[in-house]
Amino acid sequence: MLSIRDLSLEIAGTPILHGVSLDVAPGKVFGLVGESGSGKSMTALSVMRLLPQGARLRGRVSLGGTELTALDERQMCAVRGARVAMIFQEPMTALNPLRTIGEQVAETLVVHGAAPRGEAMRIAREKLDRVGLAADRFDLGRYPFELSGGQRQRVCIAMAIALRPAILIADEPTTALDVTTQAQILALLESLVREEGMGLMLITHDLAVVAGMADEVAVMREGRIVERGPTETLFRTRRHPYTRALLAASSHVPKRAALRSAGAPPVLEVEGAVRDYPLGRGAVFGARGHFRAVDGVSLAVGRGESVGLVGESGCGKSTLARAILGLEPLQVGAIRLEGAPVDAARGVPGALRAKMQVVFQDPFGSFNPRHRVARLVAEPFHLVGRPPDWRDRVAEALQAVGLKPADMEKFPHEFSGGQRQRIAIARAIVIRPRLVILDEAVSALDVSIRAQILELLADLQGRFGLSYLFISHDLAVVRAITDRVLVMRAGRIVEEGPTEAVFAAPRHGYTRQLLAATPRIPEDWLAEETRHGA
Amino acid sequence: MARYLASRLVSLLVSLAVASLVIFAVIEVIPGDTAAFMLGLNAQPDTVAALRAELGLDLPRSLRYLAWIGGMLTGDFGVSYTYRVPVAELISARLQVSLPLTLYALALSTAIAIPVGLIAAARRGRPADYAIMGVTQLGIAVPNFWFAMLLVALFAVTLRWFSAGGFPGWEAGLWAGLKALTLPAVALALPQASILARVMRSALIETLGQDYIRTARAKGLTEAQAIRAHAFRNALIPVMTILGLQFSFLLAGAIIIENVFFLPGLGRLIFQAITQRDLIVVESTVMLLVFAVILVTFLVDLAYAAIDPRLRR
Repeated sequence: MLSIRDLSLEIAGTPILHGVSLDVAPGKVFGLVGESGSGKSMTALSVMRLLPQGARLRGRVSLGGTELTALDERQMCAVRGARVAMIFQEPMTALNPLRTIGEQVAETLVVHGAAPRGEAMRIAREKLDRVGLAADRFDLGRYPFELSGGQRQRVCIAMAIALRPAILIADEPTTALDVTTQAQILALLESLVREEGMGLMLITHDLAVVAGMADEVAVMREGRIVERGPTETLFRTRRHPYTRALLAASSHVPKRAALRSAGAPPVLEVEGAVRDYPLGRGAVFGARGHFRAVDGVSLAVGRGESVGLVGESGCGKSTLARAILGLEPLQVGAIRLEGAPVDAARGVPGALRAKMQVVFQDPFGSFNPRHRVARLVAEPFHLVGRPPDWRDRVAEALQAVGLKPADMEKFPHEFSGGQRQRIAIARAIVIRPRLVILDEAVSALDVSIRAQILELLADLQGRFGLSYLFISHDLAVVRAITDRVLVMRAGRIVEEGPTEAVFAAPRHGYTRQLLAATPRIPEDWLAEETRHGA
Repeated sequence: MARYLASRLVSLLVSLAVASLVIFAVIEVIPGDTAAFMLGLNAQPDTVAALRAELGLDLPRSLRYLAWIGGMLTGDFGVSYTYRVPVAELISARLQVSLPLTLYALALSTAIAIPVGLIAAARRGRPADYAIMGVTQLGIAVPNFWFAMLLVALFAVTLRWFSAGGFPGWEAGLWAGLKALTLPAVALALPQASILARVMRSALIETLGQDYIRTARAKGLTEAQAIRAHAFRNALIPVMTILGLQFSFLLAGAIIIENVFFLPGLGRLIFQAITQRDLIVVESTVMLLVFAVILVTFLVDLAYAAIDPRLRR
């Protein structure tokens, strides 16, 4: 068992962890939750001693009687992968692209001298079978690029469990995966814990994930564990205000004014949209195949309405968004914005483009780092010509999103992720569009920030009469902010209806599958009367 | 793999065809009549016309282009106007010096650069890294002919281990030939090695920051093992690109070094041909160099495929 006592960490003089203590027992799941920067990954890396240069560690980390902090780097190498193993968030990049999955799993055995190469390959085969990658489809000679994200995460798990470590640390293992894949990976991890007696330290920002899986939970904030206890008790009592705030934020539903004017013509209409992509030729002179990313989609967004578009990665939702924005031509079908056709093949006039704006997922990648906020927010004006009072309009937009007019002179790197997303929203609303497409706009944000941004979006919708097309893989978010929802799968809309109706009584099997796979905190755990002191 | 190979081959042939057209067109628009130039200022118009006919200059352009291409494909590059010998002979004699010199220099530069780059990356931010970065900075800044002169002063004049220049020909034996090419190859290799070592270092440092290196470390690999097993091959991809460019540069770009060491190489041949308006030699050597560059690019593409399974599918 893994036991951490009074662990403190400084990196280049900056304190990161303050007296962290926790225990991970064999055959149990220990959930470590917290927002980004709370120190949960650093706790894990401190156990592994894979810290950046200039790190100073104090306190004790003992693993089955061995004091890990007393070991030198060579001895630590013998511990890593053998007695304590780790998997990470991003399965797409966690594997060496140039080496086969078999080699990479076998390597764990070979570097620890547990088996010669041939024997190691045989064991690698067993482990891949164990994580659900059967031999007939997942030969040892396959390369990571031939596998999906979920399959790659399975390879990482196989690598981690190859030597039956006592402790497995999983750092946001499913954050980058779709809900159905997430459910499968979590089930796999749980079975490894229960069947092989491994202790699992599950690090996540997602309270619902730990609620469904962990035996014990610790909540981290600013390098400290603020609350710790058996999962159900912790959720029910919520002793610490931060735990309460976190739980409230995760299930936050912003209040929205009912704006929808019945009978008015829709702002956006999509009719039978089809978008094909040509595939590479199979043979040099073979026929070219097509991939139909969007397959006969029709939808409408009314004035002041929020429409959710949910689906897993690769279902065509982003392609559809690009088509609506006039960035991709359609093969069949039509898109109309306030009655005017949006046709990428013929070019979309600036005045029409100005009626729709978009906010993307990544608040770090969507700004030119060398421009000041004033210039970034004023960008959409190039569609209609910059008005003489543009600086006032920018200031007004910044105020509308909760920033200060003085922020105009700053650069994007001076803002946090949540603030940058506010700047992105200011940029979208500065020319007063009719429609804002929010493409996973809150997916990269921590729950508390996400709740604030959702609140802001609801507020802006009321103030400016905006229509939203809210694209997301996160069902909870879509449920919180949309009036109607469309469920997309493999290019088609499989179910459509008022949000509450769809979530309460899904008709299509796929919707049911998605909802079932979504981790949820049991509702009676959150009931107000069970709260400590209430 | 077959598709990748086919697409690279098609691109090779198209590049060659386009390059040959461009070279032919450029030579065509250069002012001055070759026949008139060869015969001098006082030549009679009918003598010039006769020579033009002899050289085939009076034929339509398309025919001359086809004749030029057809000739090159059969090994007939035409006859040099000034040397009055077949261009093919001239080039092949010069290639016997330039090609081994290029390969020698490249082999040296790779042999120096890869370990040096590895050491710098593995010790990044520490004294060894700073020292290597400083030395390679110097290696890039100092022109190669200066190295050449230093090398001559030390190894030829003072120590007398090598001769100061000239090439005895491969008839004198492999050893004698290699010995004559050693100092020029070292002079050529030093700046190239400096560039390559820096590329190797930065590629490796970038690779070491990748998630899969962290995965490898979490499996229990030491940093040295992780570099050997996971980072090295991934870092080779940009290194291959630079190597390909360096080959092309060295093959014809060694003219100053050839002059310092009195080597009858390709660079000097081109230089002389240009000054003497020996356009057929210029045309053919340029085409040959273009061919070499395109071929090396093709080989580099194959090397990418050998390294990266994603290109082999």
